[in-house]
Amino acid sequence: MIPVEFRGYAWRHAGRRAQAVTGVDLRVEPGERVLLLGPSGSGKSTLLAALAGLLTEDAGDQDGEVLLDGKSAADQRGRVGILFQDPETQLVMARAGDDVAFGLENQAVPRGEIWPRVHDALRAVGFPYGPDRDTHALSGGEQQRLALAGVLARRPELILLDEPTANLDPEGAQGVRDALRAALAETDATLIVVEHRVADILDLVDRVIALGPGGTPIADGPAARVLADHGDALAAQGVWVPGAPLPHRPGGTPGDTALRGDGLALTYPGAARPALDGVTFELRQGELLAVTGPNGSGKSTLALLAGGLAKPDAGTATVPGERRPLHRLPARRLATRVGSVFQDPEHQFVTATVRDELAFGSKQAGWPKDRIDARVAELLDRLRLAPLAEANPHTLSGGEARRLSVAGALAAAPGVLLLDEPTFGQDRRTWGELVDLTADIRDEGTALLAVTHDRDFAAALGARELALENGRTAGEVPC
Amino acid sequence: MHLKGKPMPTDSTAPAAPGRWRTVDILTCAVLAVAFGVVFWAWNFVWAGLDPVLAFLPPLKGILYGVWLIPAVLAPLIVRRVGAGLLTEALAATVSALLGSVWGVLVIYQGLLQGLGGEIAFAAGRYRRFGTATAVAAGALACVAATLFDVVVWYPDTALWAFKIPYIAFAALSGAIVAGLGSKALVAAMLPTGVLDRFPAGRERARI
Amino acid sequence: MLTFAPVCGPDAPIARANPVAKLAAVALVTVVALVAGDWLTPLLLLAAMLIVLPFTGIRARPLARRLRWLWLAAGTVVIVNALFAAEQTGRILLTLGPVAIGSGALLDGVAIGLRVCVAATAGVLVFATTDPTDLADALTQQLKAPPRFTIGSLAALRLLPLLGAEWNQITTARRARGLEGGWNPVRRTRLFASTMFALLVGAIRRAGRLAAAMDARGFDTEIPRTHAREQRMRPGDWAVIALAAGAAAAAVAVSVAAGTFTV
Repeated sequence: MIPVEFRGYAWRHAGRRAQAVTGVDLRVEPGERVLLLGPSGSGKSTLLAALAGLLTEDAGDQDGEVLLDGKSAADQRGRVGILFQDPETQLVMARAGDDVAFGLENQAVPRGEIWPRVHDALRAVGFPYGPDRDTHALSGGEQQRLALAGVLARRPELILLDEPTANLDPEGAQGVRDALRAALAETDATLIVVEHRVADILDLVDRVIALGPGGTPIADGPAARVLADHGDALAAQGVWVPGAPLPHRPGGTPGDTALRGDGLALTYPGAARPALDGVTFELRQGELLAVTGPNGSGKSTLALLAGGLAKPDAGTATVPGERRPLHRLPARRLATRVGSVFQDPEHQFVTATVRDELAFGSKQAGWPKDRIDARVAELLDRLRLAPLAEANPHTLSGGEARRLSVAGALAAAPGVLLLDEPTFGQDRRTWGELVDLTADIRDEGTALLAVTHDRDFAAALGARELALENGRTAGEVPC
Repeated sequence: MHLKGKPMPTDSTAPAAPGRWRTVDILTCAVLAVAFGVVFWAWNFVWAGLDPVLAFLPPLKGILYGVWLIPAVLAPLIVRRVGAGLLTEALAATVSALLGSVWGVLVIYQGLLQGLGGEIAFAAGRYRRFGTATAVAAGALACVAATLFDVVVWYPDTALWAFKIPYIAFAALSGAIVAGLGSKALVAAMLPTGVLDRFPAGRERARI
Repeated sequence: MLTFAPVCGPDAPIARANPVAKLAAVALVTVVALVAGDWLTPLLLLAAMLIVLPFTGIRARPLARRLRWLWLAAGTVVIVNALFAAEQTGRILLTLGPVAIGSGALLDGVAIGLRVCVAATAGVLVFATTDPTDLADALTQQLKAPPRFTIGSLAALRLLPLLGAEWNQITTARRARGLEGGWNPVRRTRLFASTMFALLVGAIRRAGRLAAAMDARGFDTEIPRTHAREQRMRPGDWAVIALAAGAAAAAVAVSVAAGTFTV
């Protein structure tokens, strides 16, 4: 357990004009457990990276100091452990035990000591398999627990957690929180956590620091007091403050059928059982259908088939006015009928500016130029992307990229929009924007289908629910 | 840094990057090599229909050769370190061997040779010149090295003028265009996305 | 899908052999196959490998799957060498207009075709039976390969199935945007380039995140790392090398005795 101090700290990432953080003065005492809050872009992750000694000269320009135990953080890496969001890019090795051992090998721990420490760390996080388990065969939550074991095995005196559950489904996130709780009870290390979903993590911390833009602390103290005094401001900035009211945007009466799925089934090559096994559903104008179910229940496959993006083994997905099933439509025509928004917005970007991105779909569909221009202007305005019109899509923040991918799918004015986990990993503010955006699109008469784990999202929009289990319909109810 | 004046932006006179490879340099080369393992795998599907056609005109097959040599040019253009092309191309070859290339261990020998071919061009510029001319030369040389290997190992009995020379010449042309100009274009397209900000190549774009 | 599907179980004799020993054995055999210009030497080497095969624990079906394109590669090499031969020697077997194939040229082509078969089979013997982690361990510990490069490459290899899945997702997302290749080769190539670009941008981002995670766990320190798992040569591993050397020498000796050996 070591004290942490920022003294007049400032950082600018290479290639960026704006400072990520400026003039940060902050002290954390040995053994303290701190939750760091702040709007996206307030530099929380930058501060954690600085503490982990990862912001080296070549990565940008620094001012001031970051001190661990009175010494520069860059030289104290061995005493710090950090857990990031994305499990896939934290695991190094193909076998679970090797991955935990990796950090110990780097520390030059003798071979005889490595394996006992690996086993201890795996036990501490409740890792359910042996050390030879293939890391690819793990779920996201299990991978994240393994990464945590890799951090703990090094016996860090300062533990940093950068939104450790943001990329996980609710079940996986719960597993990681349980593992954290158990592991933290056994160590006296100093802890700093960045997390938007405050309620889930509150029992692990004894101090909350809220950062304003530029990384300047605007509130600091015991969790209950900070949340009571600054709750509204924090909620407005994108923090999930416990008890803050959620929006409520139920829809009106649905119109005519906009898309029909009939007995849709698909088995992936080499798979033991069908991913989807004869699902029938109807999607009407002006309604939102939330497709729910555990991992592997066939939700994403349903979205692919409903979007005409994969060929079903059996059954058809059709829209009124098209004789052919969707999967047999040429792509240009498909884009005018059904729009699909994928989980990773970057996969969908095909041009170099936001403006071109919005013009792309309607150009493909062969619209006249003035109609395209009008549509682009309308979308830029409605999705608040106008100031970013000339930006490269790959430079957008998470929330902006999500809005752009929705706008891009709407470009050719399809009557149906399919969304895969639209609120995944978003902060409270972006979440609220997505609820409003979805409600607006629905209320204009577009038929919407959202694959989602997010109960709050479905509830806020009064969605009809299609629950799947093992590739079959488990129930169809209004939320 | 902002560019003032225009003295050939990519031929910077700044010293080549200091000796020690950063972890991010190693990982970028290695992940690019693996990504190209995927690209090559997909490329085989794209041209599956064309293969039998070209089988009748083998010297022309050299025309598609450049795609295989993109890593040998692209990686050095991004990380600008001695041996980046060699590492990336050799690892890309190892990936295809692990995936079951019928050329077995020989594909790794060939990968090393291709990488070396590209390095010659960057070494000639003392690892300070990363402009279009260098990229084109690197692409062409990598392809020449690759096809020389083919000719010596797989087509030793063929006629010099009817097969060997046209085969190498077509491949060199393809290397110059696809691997050389293509890699340059890829870097130019990547610059505005911000992913190159931590690399020397990325320092040449205007800040955002 | 894109994975390193092994052709044998983890307990098969060949899977447990030291990777460096296997590499050395394969290097020996393939170098001899490269140097020899006749048809008998590669044929004998191929025969030797086929004799060893049942004792390696390699399963027939996945092996056949791995080698399913071998006939095409070998066939192309035979035809090209015969068709474009510097001179058509021996009895003319076939004439089609200006094209003629002589028996001597065909035999030379077959020799090279057998060389392909040796390289392919030897490649499967080592690469399809070696766990990349064991290979990296052996390279750093026995051949003193620089650990940062070896382990860095190994970490990148882990991303292969992920990037393969990403390729498919990007392609699907492009259809959703109204883009598809169809039969037009220009459109197909452009779609390919655009998909590749998206894959590479994501790959470079991932490389940066992975590098940060590895440095955070001390990968960048200057202290020499220890090894959780030891790789060393056991008597059996030396036997593997000796066997390969013996087979290579025998193949050369027989073809020299038979008078076919050329370089």
